Amino acid sequence: MNTEYVIAFLASTAGAATPLVLASSGELVAERSGVLNLGLEGIMLVGAVTGFMATVHTGSLTLGLAAALAAGMAMSLIFGFLVLTLQTNQVATGLALTLFGIGLSAFLGRDLVGQTVAPLPALSFPVLSDLPFVGPLLFRFDAVVYLSVLLVIALGWMLARTRIGLQIRAVGEAPHSAHAIGMPVIKLRYAAVLFGGAMAGVGGAYMSLALTPMWVEGMTAGRGWIALAQVVFATWKPRNVVLGAYLFGGVTVLQFHGQGMGLAVPSQFLSMLPYVATIVILVIICRDPKTILLNKPMSLGQNFKAD
Amino acid sequence: MSRLEARPEPSRAMMLASPLIAALAMLVTGSILFLFLGQEPLHAFYVYFIKPATTLYGVGELLLKATPLILCGVGLAIGFRADVHNIGADGQLTMGAIAAGCVALYFDGVEAQWVLPLMLLAGALGGMAWAAIPALLRTRFNTSEILVSLMLVYVAYLLLSYLVHGPLRDPDGFNFPQSKMFGDSATLPLLVEGLRVNAAFILSLVAVAGAWFFCRHTFAGYRMQVSGMSPAAALYAGFSAPKNVWLAFLVSGAMAGLAGVGEVAGPIGQLQPSVSPGYGFAAIIVAYVGRLHPVGVLLAALLMSLLYIGGEAAQIELQLPSAITGLFQGLLLFYLLAADLFIHYRFKPRVRVATPAKSEIAA
Repeated sequence: MNTEYVIAFLASTAGAATPLVLASSGELVAERSGVLNLGLEGIMLVGAVTGFMATVHTGSLTLGLAAALAAGMAMSLIFGFLVLTLQTNQVATGLALTLFGIGLSAFLGRDLVGQTVAPLPALSFPVLSDLPFVGPLLFRFDAVVYLSVLLVIALGWMLARTRIGLQIRAVGEAPHSAHAIGMPVIKLRYAAVLFGGAMAGVGGAYMSLALTPMWVEGMTAGRGWIALAQVVFATWKPRNVVLGAYLFGGVTVLQFHGQGMGLAVPSQFLSMLPYVATIVILVIICRDPKTILLNKPMSLGQNFKAD
Repeated sequence: MSRLEARPEPSRAMMLASPLIAALAMLVTGSILFLFLGQEPLHAFYVYFIKPATTLYGVGELLLKATPLILCGVGLAIGFRADVHNIGADGQLTMGAIAAGCVALYFDGVEAQWVLPLMLLAGALGGMAWAAIPALLRTRFNTSEILVSLMLVYVAYLLLSYLVHGPLRDPDGFNFPQSKMFGDSATLPLLVEGLRVNAAFILSLVAVAGAWFFCRHTFAGYRMQVSGMSPAAALYAGFSAPKNVWLAFLVSGAMAGLAGVGEVAGPIGQLQPSVSPGYGFAAIIVAYVGRLHPVGVLLAALLMSLLYIGGEAAQIELQLPSAITGLFQGLLLFYLLAADLFIHYRFKPRVRVATPAKSEIAA
């Protein structure tokens, strides 16, 4: 194992982690407002296919990402309408959204299979990108990688320090009290759910526009579910989302580099790693009920109806 | 403008009607979508939803596809009633198929009556073992059963992929990633000669009857229903939540495992890289559309099966994309959830209050 190999491994970790950073941080905001959206996988798939489709048709990656953002919002609007306006069960509705998203993305993407686009370009910083070791490790990523980390920092600040952040948390902890003092509970939850959908849409598009610049049916392969688990690992704290996502990015990349690193294991077992790791870490985090109970938004998964 | 008003008690009529409303809304949306895709809606509607069921062969295919959906759906519904969410039935189905496949391949060439029962047993145990993992982690470490059962689906897929690419690959199979075809003693008997529907369908009917009896006439079934409807009441009555979790997962895991056996010992006849086009996930829709009731599940599974068969017919006859099936499945569940609103609420026309009638003031 030489240094070049380690650098390549660490650098591709950032790429693999970015969809998770985006989707998890969006879901974190929704969950902080009390809404559990199990439709993440479906939203990411629809984001992946619309982002790819828009890029193929317009040739613009920016428009592709914008289309994915809009598609993610549209998907979460369906979810929000059912859960927040029609008061449907959040678990069932989230599952429905995922199943719908799997079908819809396959339907939309039927003519896109086999096409390719030029992937999201890496940025180049003068001097910095050419530094040995540090350059490839820190200064040769595409813009979305940097933006996703900035986003998490901004979210941490927003939730802890701003008025809207406090309102979102209040609505997630005690919606009835928040309603009593005049907060628009449903509107705030709509906003949080739409934000979550937008981020999941972009996270999906990052997979089809940067990681593997193509569309394959079901290409998220459970990333949406892993992103949901990440919110639990992060104990609903934004900064932990980045740590968790990069850890998982590393595990995911291991399956591509594992055999090169001399692990004589069939590829299918290496591909199992992210899923098994998710289960193991869930157990480690959840076995102490205190860490979960102290941080979990009190009204998570419960509907609110003003009377 | 009208507004929603809570009903004093849930409407039984709406509880039965909402799946029908959902199915109807889905069919209407389907017709609109056909129009959008440049098809003559009535003709497409006929090809998709009616024609498949007009021939004996078509009915056989309908029952064949419905079988794994009934088996998985009935099992899932029992858990969902108790608010235990097993989302990993597709993984449990895959493990059941693997376990039964191992038995079939191990006893390859043995012409004996006991091979098939042994496969069914192995399949049920395989599904149960896979379902036991989320149950154990949930009851022991408080880990979300939704996420764990789902992660295990991907692990099961990869395990199957490894086996058919490696140890279980047919040595005379021209390097195709698939096992040997199972022998006659390891293949489920057909119900009617000429149709593909096999004995697993009978098994699924037995499962429906068994689940109905369990929910209606056993204390465990009652306990689970109370836990789902009112966790506080269940706690007060001293009902054990871990028991519910275990029971729900073991039962649904066994059923999903049997569904897997029905596929590999039935229409597929061997182990392949994939043994299910997502039956375990479609069964989630089946369970909800069936109102979590065994008989409802049976009907919902037939409807869902029609979506699969119709999708194939539409692909062949109308060149419509096969992905349309998944789209309809998702829509069906959306409409059901939306229609469920009317179980607890009703529309109340907004009365103009500007000039109230005298009688209202008096009241």
